[in-house]
Amino acid sequence: MAVPQKKDPLDRLFMIVTATAAISVIVILTGIFVVLLSESSLAISRFGFFRFLASTDWNPVTESFGAATAVFGTIVTTLIALLIAVPTAVGIAVFVTEIAPDFLKGPIGIAIELLAAIPSIIYGMWGLFTLAPLMAQHVEPFLQRTFGDLPIVGALFQGTPMGIDIFSASVILSIMIIPFTASIARDSFNLTPAVVKESAYGIGATKWEVVKSVVLPYSKLGVFGGVVLSLGRALGETMAVAFVLGNNHVITASLFDAASTITVTLANEFTEADSDIYLSSLFYLALVLFLLSFIILAIAKFVLLRAEKRYSR
Amino acid sequence: MKIKIFGLVLALLTALVPLQTADAAETLNGAGASFPYPLYSAWAYAYQKATGVRVNYQSIGSGGGQRQIVERTVDFGASDDPVAPAQLKKDTLLQFPAVIGAITPVVNLPGVKDGQLRLDAEALCRIFLGEIKRWDDARLTAMNPGLKLPGKEITVIHRADGSGTTAIFTHYLSETCNAWKTKTGEGKAVQWPAGIGGKGNEGVANYVKRTSHSIGYVEFAYAKQNKLASVSLKNRAGNFVEPSFASFENAAETAGFDANKDFHAWLTNAPGKNAWPIAGATFILLAKEKIDVNKKTIQFFDWAFEQGDDTARKLVYVPLPPALKNKIRAYWKSKGLSP
Repeated sequence: MAVPQKKDPLDRLFMIVTATAAISVIVILTGIFVVLLSESSLAISRFGFFRFLASTDWNPVTESFGAATAVFGTIVTTLIALLIAVPTAVGIAVFVTEIAPDFLKGPIGIAIELLAAIPSIIYGMWGLFTLAPLMAQHVEPFLQRTFGDLPIVGALFQGTPMGIDIFSASVILSIMIIPFTASIARDSFNLTPAVVKESAYGIGATKWEVVKSVVLPYSKLGVFGGVVLSLGRALGETMAVAFVLGNNHVITASLFDAASTITVTLANEFTEADSDIYLSSLFYLALVLFLLSFIILAIAKFVLLRAEKRYSR
Repeated sequence: MKIKIFGLVLALLTALVPLQTADAAETLNGAGASFPYPLYSAWAYAYQKATGVRVNYQSIGSGGGQRQIVERTVDFGASDDPVAPAQLKKDTLLQFPAVIGAITPVVNLPGVKDGQLRLDAEALCRIFLGEIKRWDDARLTAMNPGLKLPGKEITVIHRADGSGTTAIFTHYLSETCNAWKTKTGEGKAVQWPAGIGGKGNEGVANYVKRTSHSIGYVEFAYAKQNKLASVSLKNRAGNFVEPSFASFENAAETAGFDANKDFHAWLTNAPGKNAWPIAGATFILLAKEKIDVNKKTIQFFDWAFEQGDDTARKLVYVPLPPALKNKIRAYWKSKGLSP
């Protein structure tokens, strides 16, 4: 007699429970998308898709809305934050895995993880009360003196430095995403087989050469995965940014000007959006962020898959 | 073992259910404007102690308050900007003012103390339009012969979030300055021609405090708490007045509240001799057909009108003038809602 292993009731229950959990993710995601789409239908029919994306208007009085300024702020703050965070995080990871003496590894690792545990509102308060004055009085005037007169690049550093601007917001964001990137990078560095590293040292490679030619190539997929994760966080971060970004619906060349992001606009304006088209436009903005995150993550996944394929060959 | 835990959970659940429903008997649910929230909470606390009726007020913003009462999900709504009579009729709502607040422009100018800087509506408007860019602009120095205004750029600070404060402030600017009316207009949120946005009154107060040579606008209470320098404004009668209880009360007394228009009125640019020009009432909205609930709500506000003036002053709100309170009581009566 065959043992009816497959029909073990507990096993089946287990399958059903885990499958429900997994499928619920898809159901919730679809649900959110449908709600966003239906709530923003009024704004979609009024402003269209490309016109909404291209319009820099955000005027509740004349009820003319566009997403360009918010999309601009979202992408720019995220990009600058990544520019600051990724090199720093990789540096941290290299130090912790390859260079630091053992007694330092533990404390630094814990400190990084603690950094990730701080709620974003704390970052916002700290940014407003501590970082912004520091930026306004020291960092930004210095940058302005150094780069302000250069052609082209100088345009990035114009205006009165107030510490409440794209630059400060990006710095805060970078501090918030460093822990994610750093701890994933550290974990992937640790996956480099010791044998390979030791062989490299054996043939006389320096630490720098080992990191550059062995560890980094071996773990770049993992690091890239960490970057994608932090990208997702930076795109959606709200509270910390709301405190230091200045909340202006403008597109500006200078890093020392105020701007606004999609999530900040939602947080600021949702409660008092009194007309239907205003509310609908806010939902539309959320839909744009949904699509934006989806596209960016899809591209990242695509790159990751291709790299994996090439790597395994 | 499993059954034991199951039983325990079940017992816990059944124990919790009656707890939730027990106190629902005498509760009034309100929601809306955040500006009067501290006052309504203080009133509600004292009212519950005095009568046992619980008033649960949620500070979700004026827009939210209006939406909730239109959808009849709360017993009363609260809004910082008055709803027009036609709209009230459409949504079958009643409206009356509950308390008065005032907004004051605040500045951070080294050497300039509270009340020293004088501005008229035109100058205020041009500053917020970004047309007057520097403090030593001739239009400002002419008005302030005794002050040494610095040759520095003005940083304008406004609200980033939609708010009743902005609605009142921009209503005042639209009313007094044509350029503002045509270029920007009025509302809870507008497209600001200049400056940076702080979140909430506390955000604006903080930005002003921290940024030299800045100007912003906040509820009077926030100016006091943060020790910010207020501005003396030229009112409709042509006098420069400082923000104070006396000037707010003068504005309230001289503003035209009319029960036939459901008290729809802006307190901006009031005609009184000493009236502060940027004041505003905050309003309560009732669902017209819910007579029983409304009676309870009105009992609460009637009690607050009688007992709550001191609390209001302590929290830097301006109680309604007695004549207006009587007008409101008559309005309730005319709607069949005597307390």
